[in-house]
Amino acid sequence: MKKVAFVMVLLVGLLLALAVRDFPAWADRNSPASQSPVSSYYVSNTGADTQVPNLVTAVLADYRGFDTMLETVVVFIAGLAVWAVLQGGRTVRSRNRGDQVQFEPDLIVTNTVRLIVPVIQIFALYVLAHGHVSPGGGFQGGVAMGASFILVALGWSLREALYRFPLERCFAVAGIGILIYAGIGLLCIFCGGEFLDYAHLSSVLPVSPQMARYHAMLGVEIGVGFTVSAIMFALYACLSTGGRMKGGL
Amino acid sequence: MIGMFEEGSIFTQLFVERLNYFIYVVLLMIGLWAMIAKNNLIKKLIGMSVFQTAIILFYVSIAVKEGATIPIYLPEHDPHGSHQPVGAEGSLEIADQSLPMQPPAPSAYTNPLPHVLMLTAIVVGVATLGLALSLCLRIYRAYGTIEEDELLAKLEEVDARTGSSMRSGRRRRAFAKKPKEGRAR
Amino acid sequence: MNDPIIWIILFPLFGSIAVALSGAWLRKACHPLAVASMLGSTWAAVETLIQAIASPSHEVSYLLGGWSLQLFPRGVGIEFRADLLGALIALVVTGVGLIVALYSRLPVERDTPGREPVYYALFLLQLCGLSGIALTGDAFNLYVLIEVAALTGYGLIAMGSNRAAAATFNYLILGTIGASFYLLGVGYLYLKTGTLNMIGIREAIEAEGASPSVSTQVAFVLVLLGVMIKMAFFPFHAWLPKAYVHSPTTTSCLLAPLVTKVMIYVMIRMVLTVFGVEFSFEYATWTEFMPWLTVIAIVAAAGMALAQREIKRMLAYLIVAEVGYMTGGIWICNYYGLIGSIFHVVSDACMTLCLFLGAGIILEKCKTTRFDGLRGLFIKMPLTMTGFFIGGFSIIGLPPTCGFFSKWYLITGGMVSQRWEYVITLMLSTMVMVVLFFRLIERMHLAVDESGRNLGDGHGDLGLSKDRKRFDEAPPSMLIPLLIAASVVLLVGIYNQDLVDQIERMLQPFNLPTGVHYR
Repeated sequence: MKKVAFVMVLLVGLLLALAVRDFPAWADRNSPASQSPVSSYYVSNTGADTQVPNLVTAVLADYRGFDTMLETVVVFIAGLAVWAVLQGGRTVRSRNRGDQVQFEPDLIVTNTVRLIVPVIQIFALYVLAHGHVSPGGGFQGGVAMGASFILVALGWSLREALYRFPLERCFAVAGIGILIYAGIGLLCIFCGGEFLDYAHLSSVLPVSPQMARYHAMLGVEIGVGFTVSAIMFALYACLSTGGRMKGGL
Repeated sequence: MIGMFEEGSIFTQLFVERLNYFIYVVLLMIGLWAMIAKNNLIKKLIGMSVFQTAIILFYVSIAVKEGATIPIYLPEHDPHGSHQPVGAEGSLEIADQSLPMQPPAPSAYTNPLPHVLMLTAIVVGVATLGLALSLCLRIYRAYGTIEEDELLAKLEEVDARTGSSMRSGRRRRAFAKKPKEGRAR
Repeated sequence: MNDPIIWIILFPLFGSIAVALSGAWLRKACHPLAVASMLGSTWAAVETLIQAIASPSHEVSYLLGGWSLQLFPRGVGIEFRADLLGALIALVVTGVGLIVALYSRLPVERDTPGREPVYYALFLLQLCGLSGIALTGDAFNLYVLIEVAALTGYGLIAMGSNRAAAATFNYLILGTIGASFYLLGVGYLYLKTGTLNMIGIREAIEAEGASPSVSTQVAFVLVLLGVMIKMAFFPFHAWLPKAYVHSPTTTSCLLAPLVTKVMIYVMIRMVLTVFGVEFSFEYATWTEFMPWLTVIAIVAAAGMALAQREIKRMLAYLIVAEVGYMTGGIWICNYYGLIGSIFHVVSDACMTLCLFLGAGIILEKCKTTRFDGLRGLFIKMPLTMTGFFIGGFSIIGLPPTCGFFSKWYLITGGMVSQRWEYVITLMLSTMVMVVLFFRLIERMHLAVDESGRNLGDGHGDLGLSKDRKRFDEAPPSMLIPLLIAASVVLLVGIYNQDLVDQIERMLQPFNLPTGVHYR
């Protein structure tokens, strides 16, 4: 079996290496991907189209906004599926496991967490809101926000964290995040444009079509941030307890 | 040997100018090997991560352009005046009304599209990994092992007991009357 | 509402969010919400197909984000492009989704108690992903949609028994390899062409002319390999039977008719739209051996189906064999083969749906799908078994059912291309299907158990206890969807000429060869 696998891996490697000579050299300015009209269009026109200095954010949330919406949906799916998978077949065996041992939260740890968590959350909001002008955005900010909840769970206990942020609320927040994203897209349809065509939002926002794109992108990123932060915490809560939602690491 | 590193020789073409592609191929092979041949389910997942990361490396490396900076507008291209340097007279007027901006040349910034695509691929990878870990947990809880050979043996045993084996064996018939797994719950 | 195409996606998307949000306190609302969103989605798919037929270019284009093609280079934004083929597949996906949604109330309550909201949310997102695959005109967007469909699929299967979770792990590993190969192939294409729009890629490949570069060819092989893993083509089929057999009833009813068929559609889309007919069919490297691969696939899968003693498992191997049929139809590289292949995608979705719905009812009523437990089922559930066997006869290819006509075109294509190995394999596997289904019929009518021992006392006595002889039909919420599916199988068969007309209209621009030798 291992030999077959080895041969298969080698074949795939050979197949991939076969094409390498045909590729443009490292950092070649004239490679088809780099000088294609699409890429040049993004670099030259993003500022005029959307007023967003960060090209990656503009392409992510506007030009290819539909991809990003589905990506958020994928995160949502992962959260739902992990919960559902771990809830299944629970009656099989209930052994007394080490992770159910109760322990007192440590004084130094909890106080440090107390200090750090607000800073992390402010930073997460900063990363989310500054996605337009610097590296960042909904996914990055959402993950940082989710990490702050996980830190609470680690510092005290999962029960404490779940008391503040119950799992049902996690999924509700995640659903609302997608609702915000898709809802902005839907609003564009009702304003006479195509799905996710933010420029048409200028008829409800008091700004130019370009700035409407700018602001809608922020709204969309907030939706992404909702979903990602909630699902990150839900994934942690489900995986660390095997779906039982008590004990935890 | 000395001629190997000259400009235009095959060696230079393949291993100097296109080293990034070779690194990605090697990483991808390592990941694929772990996914196919490793026995431990968690090791398979580590392989899966390596495999996906190799693809991300490939995409990101095709975005690089010589002499180009990261795909965030420098102050002179920034559509908002806020990042504009203050004019010579010290006036603080907003730039996008006063002076028409030159659209930046495509060679000034790296290609943003592969970065965007890889953001998507990373997120998909995280989602897949989370789901796969939950499956591992579930498998461990039900069968008490995450070694593939032990798991297969156990599954074969379960299938034989419940009479739904992939093989049509004689042993199965003896148990044919027993209820199917899952129905009993 | 001028553009129904986007509503095909939006109905299930918003429906799933509504189900997930409302499920916590209004569990009863989940099933009606799912049915309602599938109704909306099916309506949108019908409207889109009508629009596509009516429009002069026979396609509907929708630019997400409003980045229009006239002003910009192709592929700045993401485009939905439904030609007749895409619209047809979207209609098949949403139609099957609607029927399964109607069917699903009882089985879901039994298989995943307490988790219905999540089940229906994943169910709707699965349909959102699959119909998106049929509509999108962007190669990378296709990858994301494939992953949406795949992840929901893993979740839907693994929600069942522990055995299902174990089977899903394999599926997940193989599925990830397949999707990643596809992603790599798209990366190679992007590196060579600089665009992700399908039409844009084809224009760039056609500009390369008669001698396409090595990397384009490697990209083709990678994309093909990825899609073949995803569609459970024979050497890569290992994940399919286990995953479908152990999954909850509704899951297998939804995934079995759709997932493999949609991946076949992706392969057709790759061949026709992304790489172009000249590129795909001109290279002897793959056109020579692909039909042989399909021959091996069909023979192996039919053989394995023969060895099974359980309905769901037998059906799973039948799907693998059908995948071989359709792939072969593409790779005999001519007009009739492609007509047959596309037609077979539609008809196979209908008949597999029929069979799996029937198998689900049998499982529900008899608590087993093993051949031993089938005795006397025609007495007990005549309507269910009629529906089930309409699907079965269609798989065999008996005339008024749609399976006959699609197989007809496949065989015609094989003969025109003089791919006799493919034609003969199709004939032989038809024999195998006859054996498979008539063996089932025999099981139901004869009083013989697995080891050949006679149970009744002759003269039509099946040796059944009194309660098993009683008329005991399935509940109407499960029976009616099955009968709808069965009548669709018959209707598609009877009105096959209209369908073929549309497929021909769709294939006309591609200048496919109708004779023996291409080029």
